Amino acid sequence: MKYMLIMRANAAAVEAAKNMPIEEMINAMGAYNESMMKAGVLLSGEGLSDAEEGAVVDFAAEEPIVTDGPYGEIHELFNGFWIIQVANKEEAVEWAKRAPLGAGSKLEVRRVTDESDFEDFSGNEYLEKEKGWRKDLGTE
Amino acid sequence: MTDDVRRTVEAVWRIEGARVVATVARMVGDVGLAEDLAQDALADALAQWPESGVPRNAGAWLTAVAKRRAIDAWRRSERLDERYRTMAHDLGTAAEQEWEPIEDDVLKLVFAACHPVLSREAQVALTLRVVSGLTTEEIARMFLVPVPTMQQRIVRAKKTLSAARVPFAVPEPHEWGKRLSAVLAVVYLVFTEGYAATSGDRVIRADLAGEALRLGRMVAALAPREPEAHALVALMEIQASRFAARVGPDGSPVLLADQDRSRWDRGQITRGLAALARADAFARGRGPYGLQAAIAACHARAADVADTDWEQIVTLYTALEQLTKNPVVTLNRAVAVSMAADPATALRILDEELDAKRLAGSHLLPSARGELLARLGRTDEAREELRRAADLAGNERQRAVLLERIATL
Repeated sequence: MKYMLIMRANAAAVEAAKNMPIEEMINAMGAYNESMMKAGVLLSGEGLSDAEEGAVVDFAAEEPIVTDGPYGEIHELFNGFWIIQVANKEEAVEWAKRAPLGAGSKLEVRRVTDESDFEDFSGNEYLEKEKGWRKDLGTE
Repeated sequence: MTDDVRRTVEAVWRIEGARVVATVARMVGDVGLAEDLAQDALADALAQWPESGVPRNAGAWLTAVAKRRAIDAWRRSERLDERYRTMAHDLGTAAEQEWEPIEDDVLKLVFAACHPVLSREAQVALTLRVVSGLTTEEIARMFLVPVPTMQQRIVRAKKTLSAARVPFAVPEPHEWGKRLSAVLAVVYLVFTEGYAATSGDRVIRADLAGEALRLGRMVAALAPREPEAHALVALMEIQASRFAARVGPDGSPVLLADQDRSRWDRGQITRGLAALARADAFARGRGPYGLQAAIAACHARAADVADTDWEQIVTLYTALEQLTKNPVVTLNRAVAVSMAADPATALRILDEELDAKRLAGSHLLPSARGELLARLGRTDEAREELRRAADLAGNERQRAVLLERIATL
């Protein structure tokens, strides 16, 4: 089973992170990644850059409104993710508990869906097309 | 005890088990004994954690308890031979140290579980038990044998290691290659049992294949400078990428040529090709897993059967044949030749170069001959061969496919 560990942090934690010794954080994250690699469970993972570099597309109005970061209304910022392959949810949770994160951070543990989740809709035009798209894109 | 705690303990064990056993084994010098002590510690955890909660550093907790049990056991024991005296001394002085498992220890554990004093069966059982942290029940279920049989197999394996005084160490440099190939063979054996179950009513056993992949990635991470370890990961990733397409809606196997390739897991293929590139980057030539991974990669890159680089596959099989002298490889080369050239040439290879005795009892030779004869229009002979193959097939689904093929001729 594939699980995504979704990293979230509140504004205070994001601010605090800016004053932390960056190399120490790199090392702690690196050691965590290495432990998952050595256990053979890590499939992929990415971090996201500062929210200020991003943009928000808001669908509140008829036409989408695009604004720059920071994300004034958002209390928890999505900062990155890992995808791991483990036997069950408990194992995914155990790995999540080992992440070197502090107060203000959260990890959301979510199972990545696969074909079997949509078995009842087999033959659906877009589900069929999706298989082709995945092939073309070279993505999972 | 709540089910939640039990599942948490199991999850902790899956993550920390190998390191706990390895750390204890470093101290007691005996993998079997270390595993028993660690299991006792696990039983303590199951008894205590529902009350006390799961400790923050569960691995350290388990290791400390296992060490304490080792000391207690020795103190109760009347056997005061030199070996135990030294062991107790080491334990006494080291017991209070921080829990600092060394990566190397897990690698030692892998090598010990795959030690040549053990039969391949025992190596597989012990690896899944001490390195993967699977329960005896799980392993028995995976290999479709009764639990007491698997229990016995594991106990005997541990006793054999003990009796042979197998040192808990990474093998000497001159032994390294041979021992690593045993490790890789064990991992691949677990995978192939998952990829094409030799018995039972299911074609694919994803649990076994998944565990093998995890073990393979683990070995590659522990021995990153071994191209064949990366190549084995590549091979398993690419083969596993076809799981969704390998079984039809009714559970019967679907041949490579008939598979819906849009159902292949592209992410897994990408990872497989990357692992193969890592293996090839050492530029030390391809070993058996490298060659097999390269063949699998040819299929993975092809849009369909016609688009497949069969010439390249024949070349790769020829190299593999020289390396392994395995009759199944010769058989596969013949099938590739039938695609790159023609079925008549392929049939000649089967009849001239394949010693049928070496494949006696297997459905592979008659089933390949049957296919080639069918393509040559020699239908009666084809039917006869395919029937022989069906009689020999051990897997029920496999047999059904062969019988169906006969019906279509």
